[in-house]
This record gives sequence, C-alpha cells and structure tokens, in this order.
Amino acid sequence: MAIVTPGFRGRRRAQADRLPPGQYLEDDFPVLSAGPTPRIPLDRWEFSIETATGPARVWTWAQLLAIAPETPTVDIHCVTKWSKLDTRWTGVSLDTLLTEVDTDAAFALVESYGGYTTNLPLADLLNGQAWIVYRYDGEDLRAEHGGPARLLVPHLYFWKSAKWVRRIHLLPRDQPGFWESLGYHDYGDPWREQRYAGD
Amino acid sequence: MARAAIRRRLTGPLPWRVAHLVGRRAETATANTLSLRLDDWPGHLPGQHVDLRLTAEDGYSVQRSYSIASAPEDSMLELTVQLLAEGEVSPFLVRDYALGDPIELRGPVGGWFAWEPDDERPVLLIGGGSGVVPLMAMVRTRRALGRTTPFTLLYSVRTPEDVYYRDELERGDDVGVAILYTRRAPPGSRRPPQRLSPNDLPPLTERHPVTYICGPTGFVEAAAGMLVDLGYDPDQIRTERFGPTGA
Amino acid sequence: MPTPPPATIHPDGHTDGNALAGPLGELFAVDLTAAATSCVGCGRRSHLAELHLYSSGPGLIARCPGCHDPVLRLVRTPERLILDLRGTVSLSVFLPSPGE
Repeated sequence: MAIVTPGFRGRRRAQADRLPPGQYLEDDFPVLSAGPTPRIPLDRWEFSIETATGPARVWTWAQLLAIAPETPTVDIHCVTKWSKLDTRWTGVSLDTLLTEVDTDAAFALVESYGGYTTNLPLADLLNGQAWIVYRYDGEDLRAEHGGPARLLVPHLYFWKSAKWVRRIHLLPRDQPGFWESLGYHDYGDPWREQRYAGD
Repeated sequence: MARAAIRRRLTGPLPWRVAHLVGRRAETATANTLSLRLDDWPGHLPGQHVDLRLTAEDGYSVQRSYSIASAPEDSMLELTVQLLAEGEVSPFLVRDYALGDPIELRGPVGGWFAWEPDDERPVLLIGGGSGVVPLMAMVRTRRALGRTTPFTLLYSVRTPEDVYYRDELERGDDVGVAILYTRRAPPGSRRPPQRLSPNDLPPLTERHPVTYICGPTGFVEAAAGMLVDLGYDPDQIRTERFGPTGA
Repeated sequence: MPTPPPATIHPDGHTDGNALAGPLGELFAVDLTAAATSCVGCGRRSHLAELHLYSSGPGLIARCPGCHDPVLRLVRTPERLILDLRGTVSLSVFLPSPGE
C-alpha cells in the first residue's frame, strides 16, 4: 500500500467528463515504445490485408495516398492512463480498404514493421471505427508516433492502434498479439476499463 | 569475470521502504544532493541504484531510478538529482521535497554496474553529465576504505557550472581526474570544448582495466565503441544508460 | 522466427537492463542483472544488464543488443507480475555461496 508523498502532484492533470474510468487528461503526446523506431523508406513501404484463403490485397504508398482520405477527430485513451481529446488525423477508412477483400473471418491480427502485433475483432475495424492514418495534427505522421502510417482504432485502448502498420491478417480465431500475450486484454474497451485479461 | 551476484538477506522480494529527507545541498544551480535516512539500510555496493516511488493524494504514482552517490561507509544515503524542466519527478525532488518528509524507496538494486572493492583490476570511469553520480560513489568508496587501486575518471560535462562534486574532484588525491567540457571550457584550457573523442581516452596498458561508463544512451554507446576500437576488452566494460535525456 | 522487415532500424530511446533490477526484485531474491541470457533469435549472449530496455508504459521490453529481438518482457498489473522469457534460451546466474 503506497504512502502519499507530501507535495507531489505530478504533471498537471484534470478529470473531465469525456474521460473513461481511471484516465487522466494529457496535453502532450507521450511516446511509448516497445522497441526501436523503424524507419521505412516510402518507396518500399506497403500495407496488405491477408486472408486465410485468396491472395493478399496490397497497397503501395502511392496507392494509399490516392484513396480519398477522411479527417477523423477523435479522443484517444492509453492503457497507461493518459487520454488526449480531440486529436486530428488524416487517413483512409478501413471500410474502404476492406471492401476489396472477401472474407468470413471474424478476427484480425495487426502486424507492424519491427514485429509488433495486436489483435481485435474484425467488426471493430468496420463501420467508421478504424483508419490507416498518415497525418496527425496537420502534419505528416512522425516516425516516433508511428509514421509513415499507423492504425487508428480510437474506441479501444491505444495499444490496439498499431504504429508502423504493415499488415492485417484476417483469421477465423482470435490470436493474441504482443501485449495481449503478456496479460493485456484481448478486446480493450476503455469505458469498461478492460486493461488486463480477465477484467 | 568474477561472479557479480549481489547477495541479499533472503527476506524475500525487495520491499518498498520509507526514507526521510534529512539534508539537501546544491551541487550546481540545477542539481541537488539529497541526504536520506532509512532504518535498517542493508548497505550497498558503489554503482548500485535505488528506485523511488512518488504518489500523489489521488493515487497517481510514478517511479524513477537514481544512482546512489554516497559510499556504503557514509552515514546517510545520498542521491544527486538533476533538475529537468520538462521532468515530472526531478522538479519535485529538487524544489519541493521538504526536509523531514517521507519518500518510498526500493533498493539497493543493480549488481551488474557495481565496483567490488576487492577487485584488483585498475578502474577506468567514464561519466557523461549526471552519469558521474554512480562513478563518484565508487571514488568515495575507494577513499573511505583507503584502497590504492588505480582509478581514472573521465567526466564529460557541458560547462564549468555543470560540474558536480568539484571540490572533491580537485582534492588531489591519487585518482586521475579529467573534466572534459563539451560546450564551454574555462579560459586558458588546453583542450577546446568538444564531445568525448578517442584522443581523450587512455591508451591500453598491459593490465586491462575494468571500465564503467554511465550517462545518456548516445554518450555511453559512443564511448564504449571508441574503447573497443582502441582494443579494450568488451567483456570488461560495464555500462549504464540513462536514456536520451539523462537522469 | 519472423523475417526482418525491409526497414532500417535506428535504435533510440532505450536504456538498459540495469533498470530491471528493481522490478525483478519483486519476484527474485537474487539480483538478476548479472544473469547471462542467450538470444533465441541470433544466439548472442548478453548479461541482462546489457539488454536494450524499452520502458513502454504497458510493460518493460528488454531486447537483444545485436538483433533487437525481445529477450525478456515484464508486465506489472495490480495483481500480477508477468515475466516472459521466451526470447532467451536460458537464464544463468551465479548463486550466492552459503553463509553470505
């Protein structure tokens, strides 16, 4: 049972109505990484969606940028308890990308350059809930924040919004990703505070 | 190399203890040395560190690691903390943490980056900025025990105003000390201000030293690389990285 | 073992395994930072203190200094400490001699 350190307040934080339980408001955009920042040359970057059957659908950088983007403004919630409100992004909706893919898979395993993975139900990538984003706050997405492109799935804890996104595998069964296989929740709804497996 | 297992009374996993601030002194305009008292401090090896845990009234909690600056023979546990303006913990420790107040502490930990006084090898210490702190604990231990192990300290620091422990380092005992300025050197200095380079490093002698390098990650990796290029044995180089911005 | 991506990896923002001493001390009575590990990915032997530590909020990831594969992963939840060692073939540490 930790004792209070008199006089310590930490970063200025405030509770707001739009925050899920246990979260604090953050003005900065913290960089939290599980590994080194990969640098991917754009002429070799590609993003693909793969299914168990059938060929992969692959987009080059030029092909991704040729798709009419959306500009979602969303709140994001990190499992380490910081939340950032009204973050502005530009990217392509997964609804648009997934129309080109035929599948009856129910789950997705997202893979990043550098080896990171995370899992979520395919349904959570649909219906305006997810994007492949490449601009943040009016500028190109920086490498330390997941650039050139990352997944954005703001209704789940932010570890599901995989940085340096490379591939999405569509699978018949749920397969735990990097943090999920270390005890984090397979779904990760911040409003039900689903941080750890069993929550 | 000889076993570096650090023994601890088998009281089970390392507990959080409560320490109290009993003294504070300025090392520079932006760095303080805190003197802490705890009951039943088990002692430590120079080079080891402690973890501090700070908890706000609403339960918000953070932890940071700080190298122990004092020798085990000293009566108080001392930590030297550099104020980082954007930091979350150092502004509290350097400005607000009041005499007599408690703080939670875990340690000592970190047996890898530790000097054992019975080790007869000569010692080369290379510190970048606040990386000098654990190295100073080694210098102080050597002095307290009256050892004559050859010690050389290279201390890379931005300007003369940033130097910690200046009085002690200029004491003139038989520890070879070179302060290497990177931004501004005192007038009349022979060495122009610049980053650590291979010219600053002692050439290898017959007896390989054990080397301890501590500081920001980039500094540590550059220094270690230079030593290896000069022929130093990588197995006798111990490193401790503080991260990109230092402690 | 996954094939390396076609990107250049520039290590940045890491510290090292020395900082694992405290968290691992919650589980082990012996200091493990001097323990020898052997990377499953490339075979490189490193002391735990030499691993490149990424203190990502959700957990601590200690990576091989050579190939950057994760060697040790540590997650601390309010109720559990989860230590994942699949990235090392073994962990080898000198034991304290009796009476110490």
